[in-house]
Amino acid sequence: MTKLSKKDVEHIAKLSKLKLSESEKEKFASQLSGVIEYVEQLDEVDTEGVEPTSQVTGLENIYREDEVKRSSIKHEEIEKNAPGFDGESFIVPGVFNK
Amino acid sequence: MENLYKLTLKEASDKLEKGEITSLELTNSVLQRIEEVEPKVEAFITVTKELAIKQAEESDKRRGEGKTLSPVDGIPIAVKDLYCTKGVRTTAASKILDDFVPSFESTATKKLLDAGAVMVGKTNLDQFAMGSSTETSAYKQTKNPWDLTRIPGGSSGGSAAAVAADMCTAALGTDTGGSIRQPANLCNIVGLKPTYGRVSRYGVMAMASSLDCIGPMTKTVEDASILLQILAGKDEKDATTLPDPVPDYSKTLKKDIKGIKIGIPKEFFGEGMNSESEKIVKDAIEKLKEQGAEIKTISLPSIKYALAVYYVLMPAEVASNLARYDGVRYGHSKIKDNKSDVKDLDDVYVTSRTEGFGDEAKRRIMLGNYVLSSGYYDAYYKKAQQVRTIVKEEFEKEFEEVDLMVTPVSPGPAFKLGEKTDDPLTMYLEDIHTVPINPAGVPAISIPAGFTKDNLPVGMQIIGPQLGEEKIFQVARAFEKATDFHHQRPSL
Repeated sequence: MTKLSKKDVEHIAKLSKLKLSESEKEKFASQLSGVIEYVEQLDEVDTEGVEPTSQVTGLENIYREDEVKRSSIKHEEIEKNAPGFDGESFIVPGVFNK
Repeated sequence: MENLYKLTLKEASDKLEKGEITSLELTNSVLQRIEEVEPKVEAFITVTKELAIKQAEESDKRRGEGKTLSPVDGIPIAVKDLYCTKGVRTTAASKILDDFVPSFESTATKKLLDAGAVMVGKTNLDQFAMGSSTETSAYKQTKNPWDLTRIPGGSSGGSAAAVAADMCTAALGTDTGGSIRQPANLCNIVGLKPTYGRVSRYGVMAMASSLDCIGPMTKTVEDASILLQILAGKDEKDATTLPDPVPDYSKTLKKDIKGIKIGIPKEFFGEGMNSESEKIVKDAIEKLKEQGAEIKTISLPSIKYALAVYYVLMPAEVASNLARYDGVRYGHSKIKDNKSDVKDLDDVYVTSRTEGFGDEAKRRIMLGNYVLSSGYYDAYYKKAQQVRTIVKEEFEKEFEEVDLMVTPVSPGPAFKLGEKTDDPLTMYLEDIHTVPINPAGVPAISIPAGFTKDNLPVGMQIIGPQLGEEKIFQVARAFEKATDFHHQRPSL
């Protein structure tokens, strides 16, 4: 049975770009452990040689003409939702500290 | 005319056609109904009153000119607040999209609007469609119209409650693991999860892309068929949509069900089932037998693993789909709220997401990143995909022998508000009968099948093979004709 430690939760929170308080770390460690414990029943199933299924339609390689289609979305409409927008680009702070 | 809000889509459509009512009268009746009962039920995040009146007037004008567009022209529809609607705030019931106004229209709502439908509002849901009770909404708690102390189901709880309480003539929902069928079941309405790929998801916020389906939530089976007729079909903007031609769904509605083979998978009964709900479903199966269906007990031995498969694959897909909410292009953002205080780009991502997402979204994102992370991928993700293959093949094999399957929709009737919020796993187990359908990609409907002695609705689930919607409608409609559960309305 896998139990997620506080350290495990800190790691996946980091991967998830989330910040957790100390009490949240404990709460999530216990709740996520419960779910992981539940899904580990999959170990009972013999899957030797079974192909994984990622989608069920059987469709593959959907092609279309390689034409440029102008979006009908106007820049002003994008600007309304964007926290930082200069009319052409989304403005964000630097990736590294100066 | 009195109480037009009570009409089914088909009834309203016929009355409009005959000139007995106008869309404005119908729409005003529905809007007035919303004003009356919404304070009790709380099904809507946004009511689009002015837009609805304008659309109704346009519909009446078209009709006057003999230019009516479709059977839904002038019909008041409610839309789950997960569908992007151009110019109308769309929240996914999450604070991270609190002020988001889409600049484009989802294909499904576009098809309905192009067919002349009137949109009365956007309905409440579990945040990002993650939940079975609509309790994870960041905005309000929708109640079950049959008992206001109980949950309406979820995640499409707002749409289900709105239909059940006559606050719209029909509604749209989404279903990743039961989010259309389970609330339909708990609110005594009809809810269809179509075949995966039958209806375009373009413009509907993605939760788990290999499982997500969208579909109608209606007062009758016929109403569901009318909406599916408009929604179904290939869409260039959703590459997973199927190229298969869309049949005329009205054709099988009139047929009897003599000789139709219905399998009853034994794994859905017995342990964990509420005995009253189980009895109602068994009685419903008897009713189908009386009408000439051939009933056969079957077995889907790996179905017991389907929920575990789901709780690996779904969070994994959630983790990547919800990576887009990063505070850069739209939604809650540290850039907007506190310009001077921003450290760097990572700070924007982390702070915007931490403040914007609710606990259930956080749980699923973290679970997804856990099962996808280095060292665990094969043990969880690949394993779940392999078991998915086994579950899917078991369905396919049984559908060689039977036309349809009938099962319960949920383990029991609607539970009390707050009863299961503290333990996520208990909540997840609510979906044990609906979840297996999504990894297999097959269609399934929930229709009213009876009431418990406390007058709580219980539905039954009819499952078909891939693209088996016509036969599902045939049997569902035959059951509806032989019963009057779908005529019952809650007293509010």
